[in-house]
Amino acid sequence: MDMPVPLHHYLILSGILFSVGVVGVLTRRNAIVVYMCIELMLNSVNLTLIAFSRQLGDLNGQLFTFMVMAVAAAEAAVGLGIIIALFRNRQSVDVDDVNLLKG
Amino acid sequence: MVIVPPSIDLAAVGPELILTGAASLLLLVGVFLKEQSRFLNPWIALLGVILAAGCASSSLFPHTTFQGMYAADLFTRFFKLLFLLGTGMTILISIKYTADEQIEHAEYYALLLFATIGMMLMAAASDLVTVFLGIETLSLSLYVLAGYTRTRLVSNEASLKYFLLGGFATGFLLYGIALIYGSTGHTNLAKIAYAVSHGNLNTGLLTIGALLLLVGLGFKVAAVPFHQWTPDVYQGAPIPVTAFMSAGPKAAVLAVMIRVFEQSIAFMNVDWTVWITILAILTMTVGNIAALVQSDAKRMLAFSSISHAGYAMVGMAAASREGSSAVLYYMLVYTFMNIGAFGILALVARQNEQRTAMRDFTGFAYKNPALAFIMTILVFSLAGIPPMAGFMAKFYIFMSAIKAGQNFLVLAAVLNSAIGIYYYLRFAIYMYMKEDEAPSTLPPLRASLGLILALVISLYGVIRLGVLPAEYLDFAGKALLTF
Repeated sequence: MDMPVPLHHYLILSGILFSVGVVGVLTRRNAIVVYMCIELMLNSVNLTLIAFSRQLGDLNGQLFTFMVMAVAAAEAAVGLGIIIALFRNRQSVDVDDVNLLKG
Repeated sequence: MVIVPPSIDLAAVGPELILTGAASLLLLVGVFLKEQSRFLNPWIALLGVILAAGCASSSLFPHTTFQGMYAADLFTRFFKLLFLLGTGMTILISIKYTADEQIEHAEYYALLLFATIGMMLMAAASDLVTVFLGIETLSLSLYVLAGYTRTRLVSNEASLKYFLLGGFATGFLLYGIALIYGSTGHTNLAKIAYAVSHGNLNTGLLTIGALLLLVGLGFKVAAVPFHQWTPDVYQGAPIPVTAFMSAGPKAAVLAVMIRVFEQSIAFMNVDWTVWITILAILTMTVGNIAALVQSDAKRMLAFSSISHAGYAMVGMAAASREGSSAVLYYMLVYTFMNIGAFGILALVARQNEQRTAMRDFTGFAYKNPALAFIMTILVFSLAGIPPMAGFMAKFYIFMSAIKAGQNFLVLAAVLNSAIGIYYYLRFAIYMYMKEDEAPSTLPPLRASLGLILALVISLYGVIRLGVLPAEYLDFAGKALLTF
């Protein structure tokens, strides 16, 4: 299908976003920021799916994006709940403070 | 324009519907019943599990339904029964535990059932969308369950680590799926296989996609080098939840791996068995060596469960129908023996899980001879000593790998089994050969009804599948035929 912006632009952008997310998860120490980086990874996947969907002229990719969004919303509810439970117990959301179990 | 209504085959998802019903009922009961009636919760959940098992074992005609997204075949049925077994046993060992820790809320049992639904969707997935939804249904329930004792700091910590690393893994999994979709134009496994074997595809994109998918699944099954979260999460989570996580969800991810790799990726031009072989060797070796040096029984069982996933992957690396059916058999045996062992650990650990160290098993055989004997049988089975089922399970896995010419892999697996015997026997040494230095002031341990029932099931499985494996092997073998 004809696209005003060629496919590889979208793919490169989503690749960059995904990498930013991965690096963020590995380097940031605040649990909420880590979680935001995970969301960034999921959104880069959404972008990839939609770009491919347009390219292939196939709607399944866009439908999949809705699934990803729904799951990400559910994950946000659970994740923020977990972070609040942690904060209540130790007044901190720094992942470096979470070190009772040696990994 | 004619709108064709989609074919919806509710009979195929009967067990899932029953579990959804039971879980919803539990949530309602949790709101409307008084605190004194909380003892009913596990029994409602158990009733749901039994009804679902009855529904899952009714006769079926193998087919795919929901527009090819859901495979209702014998493979699915095998795994559904396996998951229900694991969930049922977990509920049984949870009854006393949740009462002691005052977490006997309806939500605990409802989440166990929701997690089971997720696993069932995974085993039945014939489309990458279903794989994703199943994994997330399972994971979201497990994140909460791992942190269910929410005033305990270790439990919080386990839950947070599991959530962050699980979400991270989901990112990789999804990116892999997106790239596979981009290169083949499909998310349906059968259509991907067709596109891969007939089309002129961008194989680079496809290979990267398959590798990312493997990384994501590797995280979920706790394969080395993606295992770092496992020991912490397993140690921090409540013991029945750890028992649950170590059996069913692993089997579910292996089911997805078997379906995805043998059905679709197998047609690719790359030798994916090499990837699995490397993962299997690393997983077995690192899991076993780390388990050797643990002094905490719960953490040791966590590392050993990593190595068990490695043994199962040996069967996958055989890439044959025989290898896959050996994996199915292995996971069934593992479910029987591991949940039983965790049940005894939950009893020994006492309230608030204060006593999970190996030395807390000291002299157990003198105070509770029957339980110590059962524990010995279970750890012998985990170590793979005949005539217990653990031996037969390993035997079939290794046989299939030798037939596939994977001699080096089998050598590594056998050496690892030897390491495993060493640390599993430490349980027997502590229970039988050491005596308490000081007379204990703790009240004597008494097995609850739930634990006894779980142990009876466990023992039945370990001995029946070890001595007379033919019937169950046949079931596992047939499961692969309709695939």
